[in-house]
Amino acid sequence: MQKVKEGIMHALFLICACVSILAVVLICVYLLASGVPAIGEIGVTDFLFGTKWKPSSGYYGIFPMIIGSILVTGIAVVIGVPIGILCAVFMSHYCPKKLYRFVKPAINLLAGIPSIVYGFFGLVVIVPIMKELFGGSGKSLLTAGILLGIMILPTVIKTTESSLNAVPKSYYEGALALGATHERSVFFASLPAAKSGILAAIILGVGRAIGETMAVILVAGNQTVIPKSITSGIRTMTSNIVMEMGYAGGLHREALIATGVVLFVFILIINLCFSALKRRKD
Amino acid sequence: MTDAPTAAMTNEKKTTAPENYINRVTLGARLKQYARSPLSLILMILVMLAAIFSVGMLIFIIAYILINGVPHLTAEQFDWNYTTENVSMMPAMINTLIMTALTLVIAVPIGVFAAVYLVEYAKRGNKLVKIIRVTTETLSGIPSIVFGLFGYLMFNISFGWGFSMMAGVITLAMMILPLIIRTTEEALLAVPDSYREGSFGLGAGKMRTVFRVILPTAVPGIMSGVILSIGRIVGESAALIFTSGSGHSIPGSLVGSGSSAATLTVHMYILSNEGLHVNEAFASAVVLLALTFLINLVSDLIERRIAKKKG
Repeated sequence: MQKVKEGIMHALFLICACVSILAVVLICVYLLASGVPAIGEIGVTDFLFGTKWKPSSGYYGIFPMIIGSILVTGIAVVIGVPIGILCAVFMSHYCPKKLYRFVKPAINLLAGIPSIVYGFFGLVVIVPIMKELFGGSGKSLLTAGILLGIMILPTVIKTTESSLNAVPKSYYEGALALGATHERSVFFASLPAAKSGILAAIILGVGRAIGETMAVILVAGNQTVIPKSITSGIRTMTSNIVMEMGYAGGLHREALIATGVVLFVFILIINLCFSALKRRKD
Repeated sequence: MTDAPTAAMTNEKKTTAPENYINRVTLGARLKQYARSPLSLILMILVMLAAIFSVGMLIFIIAYILINGVPHLTAEQFDWNYTTENVSMMPAMINTLIMTALTLVIAVPIGVFAAVYLVEYAKRGNKLVKIIRVTTETLSGIPSIVFGLFGYLMFNISFGWGFSMMAGVITLAMMILPLIIRTTEEALLAVPDSYREGSFGLGAGKMRTVFRVILPTAVPGIMSGVILSIGRIVGESAALIFTSGSGHSIPGSLVGSGSSAATLTVHMYILSNEGLHVNEAFASAVVLLALTFLINLVSDLIERRIAKKKG
């Protein structure tokens, strides 16, 4: 009796463990089954590199959206990563213990704020500022990039900080003993040693930025053209899905799902980079 | 019992205190150093600016939303019924609550059991474990909009549920599963092996050991994962727009027509996207911020308790 019970529980634990496999398989199957035929129908090059997105007249080119996603992510990284790394340096090498007790929860809180609140904040604060500075509607590539830069800050800070803390203290002390200043020891001895952790932080930040939807949709303007300048409006792959899924039907809907497939492939590549990096570290 | 730790702490202080004095650099010496090395000065200033920016940004966001939102937290906003005039957020709040509870009911047992399998049952070098780890990692990296698309395709279309609360709940459960598995795994790994040996030594079986010894010890760690998950659920919007939809009332059933339910985030998205109810959107933002703050506070408390136990 006891043995049977043990066996049943063992099986139950095993089944639960396999749920995540099932989930990934289901996601892949459903997305590919609905997305791939659409890509076939539209034509791979027409879909991926077509510059015209006009579902009403049968044009399904998502190239502007791919460019939009990449550019927004790029700007977010340019803004968020340096600030994030510097802030992580502050937390691990400058921050007095008493202040740390306040800063650490603050960064956690920054990570916990829902993206819709960030988006709304961008809409009511950053958009008007951009309008004032550059004219136009204020909703642009730059606006979305800045907002995403702020949003990826906590991800970058947390990952960088923990990798900085993992660097042996002797690196820092050795540099100090050789006569380097505190800053030189931190930036030229400890920081390079945390290189792989920082790279991981950047990849995680990129993943968060490229997948972000609700914040971007409110501040990016959502025009389906390749942006001419940094202040023109853009649409990302994520916002394309949310904006049109509600009323789309037929091939249009499948094309949107195919957009999701492309996004999924992007994320998979990013994940692969991340796990390759992790494996190398181990 | 209480004396022992304090004694240990004072002991520690005595030994560490002199160390702090040995390497203390006076302000004057520091300034002299900076005068000799301008690069260091610049780096120091940059570090300070970055820290001030990050924390300042948080304070600014919170202050801005509180100042603009709190005056609009009127009684109308908490009316039981949503109408186009009062755009009450009460139904959305209750929907959020119900969906959070249901999601946890589904995801927590599965996640905890999965972690138990990975930590307690799986043998080293098991191929299956490797696959499970890879898929869990993949799952945690998938953006919420892709989850939303999948949920829409599977539950709303294939299963014919339409916009329904249950579709949103299962989608959310899949999203938080990796988080629960990871935090539980960490909590289980932190349980000392002597507990397991002691339990086995007393003649308990594996199952009994898991349920009576290991899991109770790991509860704080599991709780911190649950709290993090709650934060993720409350803040989620992209995965829910096309699964649980944007119904403005509390649904009477979990699937089928009329079971569409907007959470607070979706409610806020609709308000801010229309641009007609900015004040009400501010009010929802205040409530969301308050919830986030509360969740972070609780998770901090739990983490501090775990750290105390360890230390």
